[in-house]
Amino acid sequence: MQHLKPAKSLALASACVAALWSGAAMADPDPTAELLIDGEIPITVRAPSDDGLTPYLPERYSGWLFRSAETRSLQADDFENPAMLAVEVGAELWETADGSAGQSCMDCHGDAEESMAGVRARMPHVNDNGELWSMENYINNCRTERMGAEEWRWSGDEMTSMTSFISLQSRGMPVAVQIDGPAAPYWEQGQEIYYTRFGQLELSCASCHEESYGLNIRADHLSQGQITGFPTYRLKNAGMVSIHNRFRGCIRDTRAETFAEGSEEFRALELYVASRGMGLDIEGVSVRP
Amino acid sequence: MLTRRDTIAIGIGASAAVLLPVTGAYALTTEEAITAYTGGADMAEGGVTITAPEIAENGNTVPISVEAPGATEIILIATGNPTPNVGRFTFGPGSGAPMVATRIRLGRTQDVMAIAKMEDGSFASTAVEVKVTIGGCGG
Amino acid sequence: MTVRPRIRLPRSASAGDSIVVKTLINHDMESGQRRNSAGETIPRQIINRFTCEYNGVMVIDVALEPAISANPYMEFEALVPESGEFLFTWYDDNGEVYTATEAFEVS
Repeated sequence: MQHLKPAKSLALASACVAALWSGAAMADPDPTAELLIDGEIPITVRAPSDDGLTPYLPERYSGWLFRSAETRSLQADDFENPAMLAVEVGAELWETADGSAGQSCMDCHGDAEESMAGVRARMPHVNDNGELWSMENYINNCRTERMGAEEWRWSGDEMTSMTSFISLQSRGMPVAVQIDGPAAPYWEQGQEIYYTRFGQLELSCASCHEESYGLNIRADHLSQGQITGFPTYRLKNAGMVSIHNRFRGCIRDTRAETFAEGSEEFRALELYVASRGMGLDIEGVSVRP
Repeated sequence: MLTRRDTIAIGIGASAAVLLPVTGAYALTTEEAITAYTGGADMAEGGVTITAPEIAENGNTVPISVEAPGATEIILIATGNPTPNVGRFTFGPGSGAPMVATRIRLGRTQDVMAIAKMEDGSFASTAVEVKVTIGGCGG
Repeated sequence: MTVRPRIRLPRSASAGDSIVVKTLINHDMESGQRRNSAGETIPRQIINRFTCEYNGVMVIDVALEPAISANPYMEFEALVPESGEFLFTWYDDNGEVYTATEAFEVS
């Protein structure tokens, strides 16, 4: 694997970890917190790093650890987690026939608890034609090719509700993306994007999420940029946010023209960023500020 | 690592949506909201407890709870919002305790006030400051 | 989007207990103070009232203002002197009324 990262960042990353450990100036992130949902579903939010995927991270941390106690507790209770509203909408859509074929997701895929278990953990995935697809691509492909229905917008309510529902079926399962074989070129493309500085501010993903996590960016705590919690209920939006929507926001904040949601670039970046979370559990649907 | 200058620049660049404008055409002041409720009666200090984060990660959804033993009704006032009234909670005969927890919008750092109407018709109040942070990332 | 209330009650309670009731309903709670991309004010549309009754007895009656967050959450305590039924009612600015009922058994 090729690493595009200058070696000096290792020291910087370590310094930032110290900041996370001792910091807690504004909100109160807690690097030692444990996520146990409804008192019975443990979620792995810390995982060992390795030189292959994240040589500059001493450990991998879910974004959940960087949030305040109040925000963290919202995710620890399925009733209080407002993302569950989207999951319920998704569950209903799963059973609802749509399109000229008069079929629902359930007609082919049956009980999502069985058929969709682990799917989110493997996304994005190289399809039979050798293309890297995100979950949204698979859903829309079913809709247009099998159901005879219209595509959903990448970050529209229906799509994020469906991805929320499907993601929940992988809750508590570790990230399991394939990055070798046919996925390797996409992974390398994603890695290159991750370390490319964009925009007038000349920031790469790594500038914030590898070199500076744990520090404040204005009043926000920078996380490691893990995507295991997505789709996530953002308190700011009072709604679900997709992975690509978050990517777009980040790149826009560097004052750059961003890639489009669903673009090849974002799918490649999604694969690379997902791989940086190996060992962490899919959180199903998370809550973030 | 980001320098402070970079961080400030990012902050300006981020287009954080304004939750609530600072002025509203029909804005009622906090004083007016209090008087409208109490009729200008004195308010005792204490006997009302607000639980809210000292620092809210996002002003759009701030968890808050309030309780006032002996109260028949509680109102919440966000003193720094363009329209200060947040809600009025009336406890009926089936209520198990004069308490409520909800989630509220705060436009900026401010005092959140609770006024409880007691069984004897008197009022009690308390206020807590909630700091509302402006996130760095507009998303 | 369909409005769907969520209710959580404890699994069990004894007659005469006070129980914690949690409710959540999906609603934008449009404040009437935001503008759309064309600069026009988006009209206010909130849930302006919420009530909970148990066996016809009022538990809590809430007047909500636009400062209540989207997807309004309410947690409160109710007396359950006997088994019966909760009735939850949400009143929308647009005139719609959403209700939910939930049976509860005391031991």
